[in-house]
Formats: sequence, C-alpha cells, structure tokens
Amino acid sequence: MTAVLAAVLGATLAGCSSTGGKRAEERAAQAAEGRAAVNTPRWTFAMVTHSGDGDTFWDIVQKGAEQAAVKDNIKFVYAHHEEGQQQAQLVQTFIDQDVDGLIVTLAKPDAMKGVLAKARKAGIPVITVNSGSEESKEFGALTHIGQDETIAGEAVGEELNARGKKKALCVLHEQGNVGHEQRCDGTADTFDGKLEKLYVEGTNMPDVQSSIEAKLQADEDIDAVVTLGAPFADTAAKAADQAGSDAEIDTFDLNAKVVTALRDGTLGFAVDQQPYLQGYQAVDLLWLYRYNANALGGGRPVLTGPQIITKDQADDLADYTRRSTR
Amino acid sequence: MSAAAPTRAPEPAADDRGPAHRSPARRLLARPELGAVVGAAAVFLFFSVVADTFLQWSSFGTVLYASSTIGIMAVPVALLMIGGEFDLSAGVLVTSSALISSMFSYQMTANVWVGIGVSLLATLAIGFFNGFMLTRTKLPSFIITLGTFLMLTGANLGFTRFISGGVSTKTIGDMEGFPAAQDVFASSLTIGDIELKVTILWWFGLVALATWILLRTRTGNWIFAVGGNADAARAVGVPVNRIRIGLYMGVAFGAWIAGQHLLMSYDVVQSGEGVGNEFLYIIAAVIGGCLMTGGYGSAIGAAVGAFIFGMTNKGIVYAQWGAEWFKLFLGAMLLLAVLLNAWVRKRVEARK
Repeated sequence: MTAVLAAVLGATLAGCSSTGGKRAEERAAQAAEGRAAVNTPRWTFAMVTHSGDGDTFWDIVQKGAEQAAVKDNIKFVYAHHEEGQQQAQLVQTFIDQDVDGLIVTLAKPDAMKGVLAKARKAGIPVITVNSGSEESKEFGALTHIGQDETIAGEAVGEELNARGKKKALCVLHEQGNVGHEQRCDGTADTFDGKLEKLYVEGTNMPDVQSSIEAKLQADEDIDAVVTLGAPFADTAAKAADQAGSDAEIDTFDLNAKVVTALRDGTLGFAVDQQPYLQGYQAVDLLWLYRYNANALGGGRPVLTGPQIITKDQADDLADYTRRSTR
Repeated sequence: MSAAAPTRAPEPAADDRGPAHRSPARRLLARPELGAVVGAAAVFLFFSVVADTFLQWSSFGTVLYASSTIGIMAVPVALLMIGGEFDLSAGVLVTSSALISSMFSYQMTANVWVGIGVSLLATLAIGFFNGFMLTRTKLPSFIITLGTFLMLTGANLGFTRFISGGVSTKTIGDMEGFPAAQDVFASSLTIGDIELKVTILWWFGLVALATWILLRTRTGNWIFAVGGNADAARAVGVPVNRIRIGLYMGVAFGAWIAGQHLLMSYDVVQSGEGVGNEFLYIIAAVIGGCLMTGGYGSAIGAAVGAFIFGMTNKGIVYAQWGAEWFKLFLGAMLLLAVLLNAWVRKRVEARK
C-alpha cells in the first residue's frame, strides 16, 4: 500500500514544481488527514520524557510530535517516567528495539548520561528537548530544542519590572525539579523587587490553593504571584481572591483556561515555551537528519521560547489552545 | 489488638449500651481522640507564637479549608480503619469521581447534576467492588485496594485521554446546572470576618453522622466488633461482610463529595491528580487515635487529626519559614503530634 502510494506520488511529482502550488496545498491536506507528505522509509522514532502521569504540557508536546510523525511517514512511540532511572531504562528498551531516532528530555541529566552513550554507540541519533540544554551537546545529542529556563525566568523578571511589581512569589509545584529552580532563579536575577519561593504539592490542587492563600495572608506586600505551570495559574487566582489580595497572577505555559483568563484580565501575562514546537521540531529534525544529514543550531540549543503572551495576543491563541496544540 | 484497646473489648456486640454508662470523667479520659486534642492544642499554641498571621480570622478560614479537604475523607477512612481495613485507592478515587461526573456531563451534554448523579453511582460501585472483593477473596485489604489503586490510576489517565483527547477534562463551567452545583460543593460563606468554604460544612456534617453511627447505633457497635475480632463478631451474629462492604462504600461516598468539590471549584480536572493523598487520610485518622490494627478510634479524632494536619501544613507557610525545609518541618510536626497522642493515651490508660 505504502509502496504503491509512494510510486504514484513519485510519478506525479516528476516534471512538476516540487514546491508550492495546488499540490502543496493538497499535500498539507493529506498530512492533516493522517497521510504522509514524504515517501521516505517508515522509520521509527521514540520519545522518552520525564513527564509525570497526566500532565497537560506533555500532552501538547506529544501532539506536536505525532503530527510531525504523520507528515514525515514516521512511526512515533512515546513513553515517560518521572524518575530518572526509570526514564533511562525506557530509553534502553528503545535502544534494544533498534529505533531509528531518539528524543529524550534531560531533566535528570546524570541518570541519562550512560544510556545516551549507549545510543550513540548503537548509532541512533538523539535529539534532546525541553530540559538539558547544558548537557545536550556533551552527551552527544544532535541538537537541543527547548526553552532555556534561566532565560525564560529572566524574561519574567523583566516583565515584572515593566509592570512595576515590588514583591513576587514563585510557586514551585515539583520539589527538586532543576528546571523549576532555574525559572525562579532567572526571575530573581532580573527582577528588581524581592522574590520568594513557595513549594506546593502539585498533585493536590486544594493544597496548592490553600498554601498560596496562606502565603498571601501572611505577607500582604506580595503584589505578583508567578506559577510555573498553566493549571496552577487559575488556582493561584482563586487563592488571591480568597485571601483578599490584589496580587497579579502570572504564569509559565499556556492552556485554554489561561488564555481565557488573560482575555478577562484575571491573569497578567503568560510565558509560553511552545511545547507543540518542541515535539514537532524534534521529529522533523530527526527526519531531516536521516533524510539529508541536516542539523539545526550549530551545536547550540534551538530556543522555542520564551514568548510573552498578554491580553493582546490571547484572542488569536484561543482556538489553538482549545484543540490542545498551544 | 484488643490488648492495646482495653476499653473496646472484642465483644461489644453483646454490650449494646456502649460507653455511655460509665462516669463522665472516665468517659472523657477513655475517648480515643483525647491525645489528638492535646496535640492539636500544642500545634495551635506553637504556631500562634511563631507565626504572626496565624491567629487572624481569615487565616483560620484557610486552615479550616485545608483541613476539610483532608477531613472529608479522613472520617470515612477512620471508620474503615476502626473496622480493621485499609483503603489505598481512596486518593485516586476522589479524582475518578470528579472525572466521571465531568466527562459524563460534557460528552452527553447533560445537565451537570446528571453527571454528579452518575458519578455517585459509579463511585459507590467502586467502593462496593473493594468491599466485595475483600469479603469474597479473603485477601488482605492492602492487596485488594492496591489493585484498585493501580487500576483507577490507569483508568483515570486512559479514559480521560481516550474520551477527552487530552489529560485534563474539558471545562463544564458554562453548562447547565453548574452554578447550583458550585453552590453545593464549592461555595464560600462569610460569617463575621471569616470566609468559610462549604467543604467545612460537609466535613462537620460527616463527622456528626459518623459519630452518631459509631456511638448511638447498633451498626457502630458492629463496626468496633468487626475491627476488634471479626471471628468473635461473626460468632455472635454480626453481619461482618455487610459491614465491611458498607464501610468501603462509605469511603466511596466521601470520595464522591471530595471529588465533586474538586470539579466544581476548578471546573476542569487533571487526570493525574490524587495519587498519594490516601496516605494523608490514613495519617489524619492515625493522629486522631485510630489504631492501625483496628477496633479502636473515633470520627472526631480523625477530624482533629485532619485539623492538626491543616494547621501544620499552613502554619509553616504563615511562619514564613524557608521553603526548602517545608516537608522536613511537616514530617517532624506530624511525628511529634502522634508521639504526644500516644503518650497521653498511655498515661490515661495507666491511671485507670
């Protein structure tokens, strides 16, 4: 079936413009219908992340990767575990299966070092996404695609300055996550006011709410609350409301509710690292490497963020968040 | 196990009069929650001294809210523990309950109350399943509910992704019946200077109901009997299996209330939530004087346990201590509370 399709595609392509025109449009439509836009062999790419169960963010990454995989005629497989050692074991299982490309996150770099060396030895190209921009090259990955968490934090600090904030609260929902610490530290670096950290239990929403509430009651000088994940922004807004605090709520990452809240003015701004792009680009770049030995970034990370989103951009994004691709 | 709880000898079924016929002073000293109350007072005093804002009325509302979200589940979990069993699935069952009502309402475009009703039935069915499996297989409740815990964790994620196409549900905030449901499960009442969450009322209601069942009804005696010595209880005609199934359904009912609160306050539910919370409920019950071995404990004690947990949890924030140390403080405070609780109980028992 695939061979026939490839032959037909190849035949019709000969003698025509290889770019643009109605055919490009059809190809795009074809891709959207779940058919490949290229006739390269059906390679298998595996992605292994440090996501916990049921995390919206990684859902969007996965969506990006899946759509790029459809277009590139790739078989895409996904696995995740929040513990470094388990994540490394998952990577090992894919090396055992001799996949054609690997996409991994380096949230816990030390745990992943050994297994990535094995991947290199087995000749499997690796792209790192999201976290690990520092270690990516050292571990032999082709490219790193993601947001530099420190730079993103710095952008938040500057935005808070622009908004005239004096004392901000950084709400960390995962204790021990290096990326989260970098975000808060980056914010503290550029923020002229004072920044405090608050650790909350991310898997227990009422606890998140009452903790932020308690903090705002204890310290009435806080005029900005920065959450590190989209689902927590709404909760923080409720907590501020309950505590009778006027603090502005700002957040990292997007979801449909954040966009609505930005439009309503309940949230100040959001910093997007474009998770869709992280998944999509990773698959696409692996394909490019396999097909054409291309690499992007020249050994430096390819940044997908930070993109500051305020009320003005929220309107345009509403549709995309509703279909869970932003 | 009865040696540790001499006030609850293993034949309470024969003693239908319960503890009501002892002298008032001895009755007070023999109450299982006494240690917890002393512990709660200690924790309260401690944070009153170290945290300036702890004594504000508004802070009190926050602490009570934090306590109530644990407490709603701690009460039926305490009853279950008095009956001699555990439920490790209680934490994720809350999330399951919220997911079921949310997804049913959304997918069927039904009135939110229909989803809430379906969720009640489904949640109770899961509770029944736990109890039924336990009584049928005679396996330890640890194993049965561990299985349920894992299945529910997977089902929560799997069904949500399969039905909603994402790992969180779609918003039901704009659907019919939502505002009324929000009033019932997630509103706030202002009394004087305190803003109180409605979950606090649910919590108090459950404590009153459970206390009445335990101390004033035959079922209450049966629960103590089943937890103290199931064989002896069966020998004197206590319907042991029915009591156990009922207790698991009680936990499911609590999970339903907590789950609806979760859904109505945030109107979307993250499918990965709730894992680990079952331990908080058990911790609250144990601080409150429930024995891990069954046959001894009280609903009020569990409520006080949840209150200690809420105070500790939020008191650390009010005290503005270094964020990194949060869990260390929390663990130390909890241990101290339990030790104090045990010490008081030992002294009381020695005096008799």
